[in-house]
Amino acid sequence: MESFKILKGKTAPLDMIDVDTDQIIPKQFLKKIERTGFGVHLFHDWRYLDDEGDILNQDFVLNSPRYKGAKILVTGENFGCGSSREHAPWALFDYGFKCIISPSFADIFFNNCRKNGILAVVLKKEEVEYLFDEIESNEGYQLTVDLPKQVVSTPNGKNFSFEVDSFAKNCLLKGLDDIGWTLQYKEKIKDFEKKVVTQKPWLFLEK
Amino acid sequence: MFEKIWDSHLVIEKDGNSIVYIDRHLVHEVTSPQAFEGLRLSGRKVMHPELTFAVPDHNIPTIDQNKPINDPISALQVETLRKNCRDFEITLFDLGDDRSGIVHVMGPEQGLTIPGSTIVCGDSHTATHGAFGSLAFGIGTSEVEHVLATQTLQQKKPKTMLIEVNGFLSHDVTPKDIILAIIGKIGTSGGRGYVIEYSGEAIESMSMEGRMTLCNMTIEAGARAGMIAPDEKTFEYLKNRPFAPKGESFRKALISWKQLSSDNDAKFDNTVKLNAVDVLPQVTWGTNPGMVTDINGRVPDPSNIVNSIERSSVEKALKYMGLKPNVPIKEIKIDRVFIGSCTNSRIEDLRSVAEYVKGKRVSKDVLAMIVPGSGIIKRQAEDEGLDKIFISAGFDWRQPGCSMCLAMNDDVLNPGERCASTSNRNFEGRQGKGSRTHLVSPLMAAAAAIAGHFVDPRLN
Repeated sequence: MESFKILKGKTAPLDMIDVDTDQIIPKQFLKKIERTGFGVHLFHDWRYLDDEGDILNQDFVLNSPRYKGAKILVTGENFGCGSSREHAPWALFDYGFKCIISPSFADIFFNNCRKNGILAVVLKKEEVEYLFDEIESNEGYQLTVDLPKQVVSTPNGKNFSFEVDSFAKNCLLKGLDDIGWTLQYKEKIKDFEKKVVTQKPWLFLEK
Repeated sequence: MFEKIWDSHLVIEKDGNSIVYIDRHLVHEVTSPQAFEGLRLSGRKVMHPELTFAVPDHNIPTIDQNKPINDPISALQVETLRKNCRDFEITLFDLGDDRSGIVHVMGPEQGLTIPGSTIVCGDSHTATHGAFGSLAFGIGTSEVEHVLATQTLQQKKPKTMLIEVNGFLSHDVTPKDIILAIIGKIGTSGGRGYVIEYSGEAIESMSMEGRMTLCNMTIEAGARAGMIAPDEKTFEYLKNRPFAPKGESFRKALISWKQLSSDNDAKFDNTVKLNAVDVLPQVTWGTNPGMVTDINGRVPDPSNIVNSIERSSVEKALKYMGLKPNVPIKEIKIDRVFIGSCTNSRIEDLRSVAEYVKGKRVSKDVLAMIVPGSGIIKRQAEDEGLDKIFISAGFDWRQPGCSMCLAMNDDVLNPGERCASTSNRNFEGRQGKGSRTHLVSPLMAAAAAIAGHFVDPRLN
């Protein structure tokens, strides 16, 4: 997994609430057996006018040339709700978004982001509203997201601080693999099993 | 109850992170290939293949399941699941096996879902299994790989919410109507960060099928897990299920299961109360499950909404749904009916449809299909003669799978088509590009199929 430290990049707005993972990556693109190549299908039904994805919908905000190459997405409440599909963060990452800023995220999506090196930043509603206005009025708007300091900085010097739990922060900073972390405690897991198998044997099944 | 299960599954707490033991891991073809690929790349094994069960359900056809799958990409995904199960020695209920079907129907049916256990699956509707007093939730593919490799998950402890549904359901008002009403009340993000426990007379009086419907859609309120204390109905359901404990083991388990329910003085971070008698049959009008009203209601008028974000969200939904403000729900005509999904494809759902449509005919303007949740349900329905009732009423009777709930197979709506659906999500494009989904109970779907528009099944 790529590590995340300080990101400075072009910022795109998606001023909508309750954006579900069916919109982020529609189901017709879930049939791949790899983790890569989903970026071209990101927001497919909003982004393209045809099924094949040849004709761009010029009304969709991310198709505007001014947001080309954006690395940070600012969006409305409850982003990533619905299906647990991890194809959603895969598609966002593959498209180029390394950081999503919103007043709130759906739980499963939030976890899936972290596991794929995307920083999901929760800012206050009014801060997000402020960012929407700023992005709108300043072409080429860039934000700086500093994970070690837990601050989002605007070009005019405003700083918005955000919370991130220490474990997630450490994983993102180091690009750590969760499984490796857990397997450090393999003996503890085995001890736990030994204890439970005597107390609640019905939880285990025959090999 | 949540605390009891959480505490008894906590392996360690370290660096602000908890490792939770997972008792049952269910796997399907769409969210698992990349997890197995990850295991291979890192040279890891499945720690407990005997606690892991797989079934293809999301993208499989609902006709001719004995033949090869036409869509080469779907076929590859199912074939990949077979290979992964062979290589990693995981039990697979393959197509054609009676035990196969929708993963959240199969689990309880096989007795894999038991009280006091932790259950995960790479699918958000894993919440279904909480109906048995288990802690069950959906996970992403990285977490699927994590559970395969370690039989545990890293989790942050969620908050708890109690939803009390007092009083009894009126005749022909179903658990689906209750859960839609709850989502309408607390919103699609109202449960975010919580595990929801349901209690109250209405819940106690529900069958296990009804409780599964209720817990299933907990995720549509934003909560990852919903749960209901196990009782005699739960224990009765579990007796003699293939993978449930038996004999002396069952008796011992029973003693433990009876201690699971929340203590009288249990504290919840939030409590919501609802009176079951106030709930009427529900119909969604918008593009998320919280956009819902009852059968006597009307499509909302955005000009009456003060909050500008909400107003534009409703305007966008109505535009997509092709609905005018203030139109009575009963005047909305439909083109298609889908009865199925992990929410409503169980035998009780099918019986309620059969009872209503017996001797009636599906409207000439409507195409209606019924997709049972598993091979076992299909057979049971056929043994009871329900299939004959459906077919003679003009319904298409299919083989089990997720089907038009997410339309990854050939069961897809055409752009602009309007469907009364017993599934769980009415998102844009969910049932096909440009599709318009109205979520309802099986009984409401049956009544709409006959009338060609929404009607109150209690009056018709």
